[in-house]
Amino acid sequence: MNEETREDIKLVEDVTQTDYKWGFVSDIEADEFPKGLNEDIIRKISKIKNEPEWMTEWRLKAYKHWLTMEEPDWAKVNYEKVDYQDLIYFSAPKKKPELESLDEVDPELLKTFEKLGIPLEEQKKLAGVAVDAVFDSVSVATTFRETLAEKGIIFCPISEAIINHPDLVKKYLGSVVPQTDNFFAALNSAVFSDGSFVYIPKGVRCPMELSTYFRINAENTGQFERTLIIADEGSYVSYLEGCTAPMRDENQLHAAVVELIVLDDAEIKYSTVQNWYPGDKEGKGGIYNFVTKRGICKGKNSKISWTQVETGSAVTWKYPGCILLGDNSVGEFYSVAVTNNFQQADTGTKMVHIGKNTKSTIISKGISAGKSNNSYRGLVKVNKNAENARNFSQCDSMLMGNKCGAHTFPYLEIENNSATVEHEATTSKVGEDQIFYLNQRGISTEDAVNMIVNGFCKEVFNELPMEFAIEAQKLLAISLEGSVG
Amino acid sequence: MIKIKNLHANVEGTEILKGINLTVNRGEVHAIMGPNGSGKSTLANVLAGHSAYEVTEGEIIFDGKNIIEMEPDERAREGLFLAFQYPIEIPGVSNSIFLRTALDEIRKHKGEPELTPKEFLSLLKEKAQILGMDTSLINRALNQGFSGGEKKRNEILQLLMLNPKLAILDETDSGLDIDALRIVSEGVNAYKSKDNAVIVVTHYQRLLDYIVPDFVHVLYKGRIVKSGTKDLALELEERGYDWIIKEQPETV
Ligand SMILES: Nc1ncnc2c1ncn2[C@@H]1O[C@H](COP(=O)(O)OP(=O)(O)OP(=O)(O)O)[C@@H](O)[C@H]1O
Ligand SMILES: [Mg+2]
Repeated sequence: MNEETREDIKLVEDVTQTDYKWGFVSDIEADEFPKGLNEDIIRKISKIKNEPEWMTEWRLKAYKHWLTMEEPDWAKVNYEKVDYQDLIYFSAPKKKPELESLDEVDPELLKTFEKLGIPLEEQKKLAGVAVDAVFDSVSVATTFRETLAEKGIIFCPISEAIINHPDLVKKYLGSVVPQTDNFFAALNSAVFSDGSFVYIPKGVRCPMELSTYFRINAENTGQFERTLIIADEGSYVSYLEGCTAPMRDENQLHAAVVELIVLDDAEIKYSTVQNWYPGDKEGKGGIYNFVTKRGICKGKNSKISWTQVETGSAVTWKYPGCILLGDNSVGEFYSVAVTNNFQQADTGTKMVHIGKNTKSTIISKGISAGKSNNSYRGLVKVNKNAENARNFSQCDSMLMGNKCGAHTFPYLEIENNSATVEHEATTSKVGEDQIFYLNQRGISTEDAVNMIVNGFCKEVFNELPMEFAIEAQKLLAISLEGSVG
Repeated sequence: MIKIKNLHANVEGTEILKGINLTVNRGEVHAIMGPNGSGKSTLANVLAGHSAYEVTEGEIIFDGKNIIEMEPDERAREGLFLAFQYPIEIPGVSNSIFLRTALDEIRKHKGEPELTPKEFLSLLKEKAQILGMDTSLINRALNQGFSGGEKKRNEILQLLMLNPKLAILDETDSGLDIDALRIVSEGVNAYKSKDNAVIVVTHYQRLLDYIVPDFVHVLYKGRIVKSGTKDLALELEERGYDWIIKEQPETV
């Protein structure tokens, strides 16, 4: 997007909304499984989705491995552990989600998506975003499919891909995040219910942003979606992910897995605006967001760019990473993580350099307010054979008030002497003098704080597609409301 | 325009302003001079409502309203402008977006409609031209990495854009080269009208050659100890402050 258009947007919006406005509960009848997890439940999930035998086995293998694993506790977060037998592993809106057109979607569901501001309706096609919407456990609507199909692009619920494109799924599912990768990834592999699947064929530049919207609605339900994106040689896609959940007193679990595969000369740009319910001001309720996101730059000259804006969740545990296998491949990580009240975030990235002349960039902006804790945890690993690897990391923290915390844990593992690794870190406070200066030009304290914070995050927001950048700024304003002054 | 009556103010418990009386009428230019640390910037900050300063006594009547209880942003929207001695850097916030937001706020307060992006840009171009400002500065982050002189020029750009009722210029001349001093002064003169007023804080006569004051006041240890016409500034240039200080009764 050009600088001019950006300049013309009024960045600081009036924000009147204090509370989490996405916290409504939709009254939709749902098919639910009983609580608890065992082989039976997994077989049932697999069956209800008409999955082939290999998929059922794949899930069971993950489950068996999961049983042998311990929940990790190395992150700088404290939370009441989840009782995995007290969760529901499958919930779907009752009306069958196999739809010909949007007219058939439950109107109550459409209303929900409307409230969320998702361009789901046909008339909103002009917005130019193709949307897959995942409601609790299933994908309910994928727009623009035909337009995309003309170019050979596959964009569909992963449950459909398993049936219609088994070769691609078999080849790539679990190839970046194996079933055994970590506790939450194993759990996800066993029980994932839906998510998005994207395949961009050779030489195709995806003509629109692809987008998935995740919504947790049902009570006591875990959401375990699985996203798999494959960019074949010379292709390009920009993918957006957004999420919200109702306000509930209990904590809800979200354990997603995202895998990206990029072949020669291809690029995936993956942007997330994460706005799960963070819990109330006393720290009650909220989403546990334990997510494994990883991409592999498999081909030469390939590129993965992760951009994330994390404002929600009670507890976030998330490290989108890149495996830079192809020579000259590039990994980027741009992150804004905001925590307020009692929120806790432990997030960062892993950049693993394997190919020659690989390059990674990490820009992380942490903002802590209230009594929250915000940690950056990043690993840069340069393997023996990764000649001329380059990394630049910048981790900036901003504190609002003096009851919050910001922590930075950069890890380096360098096995090749030709590597160039740079790390910069700063911590600043929103200054009284900065606020006064803006006040003196007629700008209210609230707007002044938003402006300062947006300025702080600018390098990351610049990476987001326009609509998302505006959304992100609004979210930031809402999350930080009342935290200064 | 502004009437300051017996104004006392503390910072961190120490009294810095010790009874300031000053009236500035529409169309007038007042210069405030005085040795380092005498309280000039403190006065400017107190008028603008900085929360680090506590007003313990006195009144500030601005355009007919007592503004002591007003927040700094309200005062600004009422038309009080302070060009800072040390302008603040705000990383990542574009100078033009900042100006746009400020102008919108002030126009909204006056009941005027927001400018369209086009109107805004042409106004901005016009004002930047008066100050001979490079457009690259306008698109950069607010004061970030600006040179001392560029920051001062940027303050005056804001003055021209926001067109307040009262402009308080705190040592706008410091850090400006000789040409910039003239250009910036011309900018201030372009702003000046019979309907607004200017208070210039300065150490040097040369600024007052360009921005000619109607009155000159000397601030010393938190009080105005001498007032006069522009000739007083000339006299100070020649003789310094000693003779005035000697006239003062010992303060306890
Ligand atoms: N925030 C503050 N905290 C502590 N002391 C302060 C503060 N602000 C001002 N002072 C003190 O008040 C006195 C007046 O300072 P002020 O900045 O108003 O002087 P000035 O007349 O503007 O000086 P100069 O000509 O050097 O700009 C000084 O002694 C200064 O140290
Ligand atoms: Mg001063």
